Amino acid sequence: MSTTELASRSPGRLAWMRLRRNRVAMISAYTLIVFGMLAVGAPLIEMLYGIGPQQQFQHKLNSFGMPLGYAGGISGEHWFGLEPGLGRDIFIRMIYGMRTSLFIALAAAIVTTVIGVVLGIVAGYLGGKIDAVISWIIDLALAMPFLIFALAVVPTIALRFYGPREEVPTSFRVAVLILVFAVFGWTGTARLVRGQVISLREREFIEAARACGAGLGHILFRELLPNLWAPILVTFSLAVPSYVTGEAALSFLGIGITEPTPDFGAMIFRSLSYLQTDPAYVFFPGVTICALVLAFNLFGDGLRDALDPKSGA
Amino acid sequence: MLRFIVKRLLSAVLTLVAVSIVSFLMFFALPRDPVSGMCPKNCNPERLERVRQELGLRDPKHEQYLAYMKGIFTGRDLGSSQGGRCDAPCLGYSYVNSEAVTDTFSRVLPVTLSIVIPAAIIWLVLGVGLGMISALRKGTVLDRAAIGFALTGASMQLYFVGAVLQLVFIYTLKILPVPHYTPLLQNPLDWAGGLVLAWFALAFLFSAIYARLSRAQMLETLSEDFIRTARAKGLSKGRVYGRHALRAAITPIVTIAGLDVGGALGGTVITETTFGLQGLGRTAVDAVRSGDLPTIMATVLVSAAFIVVANIIVDLLYALIDPRVRLR
Repeated sequence: MSTTELASRSPGRLAWMRLRRNRVAMISAYTLIVFGMLAVGAPLIEMLYGIGPQQQFQHKLNSFGMPLGYAGGISGEHWFGLEPGLGRDIFIRMIYGMRTSLFIALAAAIVTTVIGVVLGIVAGYLGGKIDAVISWIIDLALAMPFLIFALAVVPTIALRFYGPREEVPTSFRVAVLILVFAVFGWTGTARLVRGQVISLREREFIEAARACGAGLGHILFRELLPNLWAPILVTFSLAVPSYVTGEAALSFLGIGITEPTPDFGAMIFRSLSYLQTDPAYVFFPGVTICALVLAFNLFGDGLRDALDPKSGA
Repeated sequence: MLRFIVKRLLSAVLTLVAVSIVSFLMFFALPRDPVSGMCPKNCNPERLERVRQELGLRDPKHEQYLAYMKGIFTGRDLGSSQGGRCDAPCLGYSYVNSEAVTDTFSRVLPVTLSIVIPAAIIWLVLGVGLGMISALRKGTVLDRAAIGFALTGASMQLYFVGAVLQLVFIYTLKILPVPHYTPLLQNPLDWAGGLVLAWFALAFLFSAIYARLSRAQMLETLSEDFIRTARAKGLSKGRVYGRHALRAAITPIVTIAGLDVGGALGGTVITETTFGLQGLGRTAVDAVRSGDLPTIMATVLVSAAFIVVANIIVDLLYALIDPRVRLR
């Protein structure tokens, strides 16, 4: 029936239809699903592939520690070759690296979005002193050089809980990374949400809710929040790749995830010393992380175009 | 205008003070023992105790902070094992490097400046130019190519781009030397040769962002009435695009450029690590690895100062370009 079809065209449904029509966004979405499945199914892949991330194949390296064969030892058994020196399988380490990377990025994006949305709504709606304080904290956080600050803070926190010579467990490192991203990352979302709320709070429906005696919580989260989901969704989808690269950068600098836990950043850092002798080792993790980030960015762009057709240039 | 400048400067000073307090608390209050990391060799309990005394770690926290801040503005006496008198911008003494932090900085800061300033020029010219051209030729092959460039560039990682560039130009084609730093005045050619890859790696990633941004800005400006009016008056295309549209479109880019350059001056950590150049960022990484707290603290302060100063400059520039800002 045509009438019901017309009636069911809610803004959300329209956006979904626009997204479905965007070929680039859909290809990126499928790519992301594949990456996600590889990450989630890492133990299963390990079982099928028959090689673990810590297994060493020293006998397949020559006397200089370089993998035998072409392009870093690529073979039917080792799809992406072997690491020089330790002789671990690159493919399975990348699968596990993706798992760590995506987990941290998603967790950080969720935490920062929740903090940013709550503080942004509160600051934008209440205004006055509370807004001034929150806005000032946002400006302050923007003046902090993130990478240098993270560089300094992460080891300090680790030192606080573990001695200088104790082994810091990976779960603790992951938690600290998410914490650091949370402390610095919420400001962007908060600023965006605050701006949106300031323009929304003068609208009639908010006035009506207030006139009906709605409580603060109801206005903030039942009236304002549903009007904000489009920009929130877009910032969320663009936040994930920025944490993927942020995590890789910190691990590249040796303060994120450390050996022997598989990780893209740590892998690329190790591979730089073999740049001249084994370029294939740099190539695989480098290209994979670019593809992952590109897919996220393209999907985020597509999502923005679908949710806000005016923004598309 | 004067009122605007004073207000802006006051808020900047306030931000810097807050950053310094936060980082001070972070580094001197948080660790269980900030000293144990500071003297890696021949550390007996006596020496540790002496270091603690000289660093003033036995004093109350706020006194330590005030002494540190006083050192920055007037200099202070650090005691015999810390090289004695430490002159005006005193940022403390590093036990790991056995020199005043200011001395380390005066050595590494020129490296970071030499990386960032030429790179910034390249990325601004390339990025804004590309964005403008693609906005003026919207929908053509050129535009699509520029968008593709912007999207790939925005998803690239510096360490990967840096690795590929080094592989191609240094190890395969062998037309460039291994990245190194020679002072500009000593040998300009060698200076450029040693840093050119770092410039282009950094500029590639940034110019992608700028291409995208300036394309969007330019498209928005071109659709405005005053552009049509200017064209209707009979002004030539070149004059309208070059003078009217460019000036309007470039203002938001000035803001972002200022912040990016300020942030980059505070340490291009990844670039310096990838290319093995000893600048401010690399110094910070080394300091973190060796637990050299005075150097870490100073790096955070200096890079925050760069961002804050860049912010002020941007605001002032903005007020010059756009008179409406002054009235707020």
